[in-house]
Amino acid sequence: MARISSKGRVMKIQKLVCGWVLALAMFPAIAALNVFATVPEWGALAQAVGGKNVSVFTATTALQDPHRIEAKPSLIARARKAQLVVATGAELEIGWLPMVQRESGNAAIQSGQPGYFEAASFVKKLEVPARLDRADGDVHAQGNPHIQLDPRLVLKVAEPLAKRMAELDPSSAAEYQQSFDDFAKRWKAAMADWEKRAAPLRGAPVLVQHKSFTYLLDWLGMREVGTLEPKPGVEPTSGQLAEIVARQKLTPAKMILRPGYQYDATARWVGDHTGLAVVTLAFTVGGTPEANDLFGLFDDTINRLLKGQEGR
Amino acid sequence: MLQRNLCAAAVMLACTPFIPIAEASSSDDLKEIRQQIAAMKAQYETRISYLENKLAQVEAKPSVTEVVPVALPEVVQSSGFNPEISLILDGKFGSTQRAPATYAIQGFVPNGGEIKPPGRGFSLGETELGFSANVDHLFRANVRLSIADDGGTGSINTEEAHIETLGLGDGLKVKAGRFLSGIGYLNAQHPHEWDFVDAPLAYKVFWGSRLSQDGVQAKWVAPTDVFLELGSEVAHGASFPGATNERSTPANGALFAHLGGEWNASNAWQTGLSYVRSDARGRTYTDGAGTENSFDGASQTWIANFVWKWAPNGNSSVRSFKLQSELFSRTEEGDMIYDTKTTPVQDNYRSRQTGGYAQAVYQFMPKWRVGYRYDWLDSGSVDLGPNLSPNNFAELASYRPRRNSVMLDWSPSEFSRLRLQLARDESRGEGLGDNQFFLQYIMSIGAHGAHKF
Repeated sequence: MARISSKGRVMKIQKLVCGWVLALAMFPAIAALNVFATVPEWGALAQAVGGKNVSVFTATTALQDPHRIEAKPSLIARARKAQLVVATGAELEIGWLPMVQRESGNAAIQSGQPGYFEAASFVKKLEVPARLDRADGDVHAQGNPHIQLDPRLVLKVAEPLAKRMAELDPSSAAEYQQSFDDFAKRWKAAMADWEKRAAPLRGAPVLVQHKSFTYLLDWLGMREVGTLEPKPGVEPTSGQLAEIVARQKLTPAKMILRPGYQYDATARWVGDHTGLAVVTLAFTVGGTPEANDLFGLFDDTINRLLKGQEGR
Repeated sequence: MLQRNLCAAAVMLACTPFIPIAEASSSDDLKEIRQQIAAMKAQYETRISYLENKLAQVEAKPSVTEVVPVALPEVVQSSGFNPEISLILDGKFGSTQRAPATYAIQGFVPNGGEIKPPGRGFSLGETELGFSANVDHLFRANVRLSIADDGGTGSINTEEAHIETLGLGDGLKVKAGRFLSGIGYLNAQHPHEWDFVDAPLAYKVFWGSRLSQDGVQAKWVAPTDVFLELGSEVAHGASFPGATNERSTPANGALFAHLGGEWNASNAWQTGLSYVRSDARGRTYTDGAGTENSFDGASQTWIANFVWKWAPNGNSSVRSFKLQSELFSRTEEGDMIYDTKTTPVQDNYRSRQTGGYAQAVYQFMPKWRVGYRYDWLDSGSVDLGPNLSPNNFAELASYRPRRNSVMLDWSPSEFSRLRLQLARDESRGEGLGDNQFFLQYIMSIGAHGAHKF
């Protein structure tokens, strides 16, 4: 009797082990591609292009200054499991991502590996500095990294991103291609609509708080006539702000643009002293309640710009 | 098309005078000329079609959706392979009630580390020179030298020189060489990352300011959503709390576990538990009377650490807060030899000492931070065998050192920081309180690597 029961137990264990082995063997087939996106725009794009085949973790939110992120333990834990890191590059994440990559002990996501994708390397960057000197403020050697507010560039990034996903997860390659094609079609249609609606903004002169909107202005043909920061990342003094206010008479701007994550006191002060509307733009997905995905980001940005143009 | 052919013909005609027809006597020569003409034709056709395309592009209505700049290859120079070089400058002005040169922490074994407060007047702290780069696809190397101005006799110390793996995968990483041990929280941070001018008292007495290892470290990060890191180190162990190690067996071993995560976007935390065992064989120190004593035995230390960081929505540009604390407990057990040089007396020695620090740093507006730190130590009671007289160990007489420090710092950019620190240091012994005032600058030039959490 005892013997039979022990045999029964052995069989039970065998069954369990078989079950586990099967489950483990099936795991890669059903598991989604683990994507670690450094900023919300690439998280949203990875989701749009990857669809149900990817599981996306976004390391930061739109309310955080992308230049001032810390290599938090939670980020290292997520990077450890990632199969693909989608970063902006152009030194935007230089203060934390290299540390997260190294500390994660994940060989697949090291720079140079297929599991590391840099969006900015697929587009031509603006404002590439002619000289590198930290006296010029927080300059990026490879140019302005805030490329996400030009939808043409988003599309430029989407294509190689879909290819990269297909390369890392060949079994779903066709689906990545399919969802990219769908996305591109919808995106181009949306872009035509945005450009039509934004036509009245062409040539509009604006002041910006930080050089966050260079690509947006380039796309819509708007003119940046000044920045509130005397140098990138440097807060202006009251004297410098007074100069900006005085300059408004010579080169009048129509509105002041600022990203939601930045200290708003400066822009408000200039707004109050010039009578200009201060337009807080989403900057990235999640930056405003309306900017809940990439389409919403541009819809909302154009709405706010049009509203800003009407004045205070 | 016709246009292009005409163009090509015109170009060829224009080129004919330069082709040496006169010398084309044999069929070989003719063949060669034909080849040359064909090559030229191909070349010009390519060029013309390129220009035509460009013209078509310019003429076409500039559809915003189509004109997208293409990525150009970035220019790579051979100097691009140079390692990242960083140089950190640290200068101070100090004013202390008591002379820093006579500093010693009562109740604890003098360890020969850099534990003295910064000097009086203007002084140059350690200038840190760092190099790091990926060696190849498998390894990365880091070197950090400190250039110290020890009273005019400058010295260069190798603070760190280690290699680490990049490609092991599965959360594994191995470091080898000289590195800052991964124990506790503050230990692996460089002095320029500290929130105060000097190290906590506990780090001074237990590690001689920090535990630096010559050995191998292996770390593993668990594949979980919560950060869990397990690490172990084996090291030669020749520095405090170890002693000169003539054998090839490592004399120091460390184990640590770090756990971390975030409650929400605004609050992140990390905690850890570490254990260090060090075999000290003949660890000597010279007491105030000039007598050399020697310890032979095992030193075991436990550290518990906790850090909590807050920033509204995780955005630390305006306001942020950091609370950090570490607790230490050390047991040393073995033999003590009193007066090794003349009349040695040997007997049992056992001590259990504790200490810790807690500090809070608050950024109340962009670039400005204020901080407070409380240090405490308890030398416990030292058990000496009957042959040893407690009167001969004045340095180890029981005491509970304390220190209160406040600081204010201003960082105009992430590369510069100016700091003011005031402290009341009661670690020298009863009635030997010391009021301290420091001004410090920390500036960083060159590459500036990412900091740890």
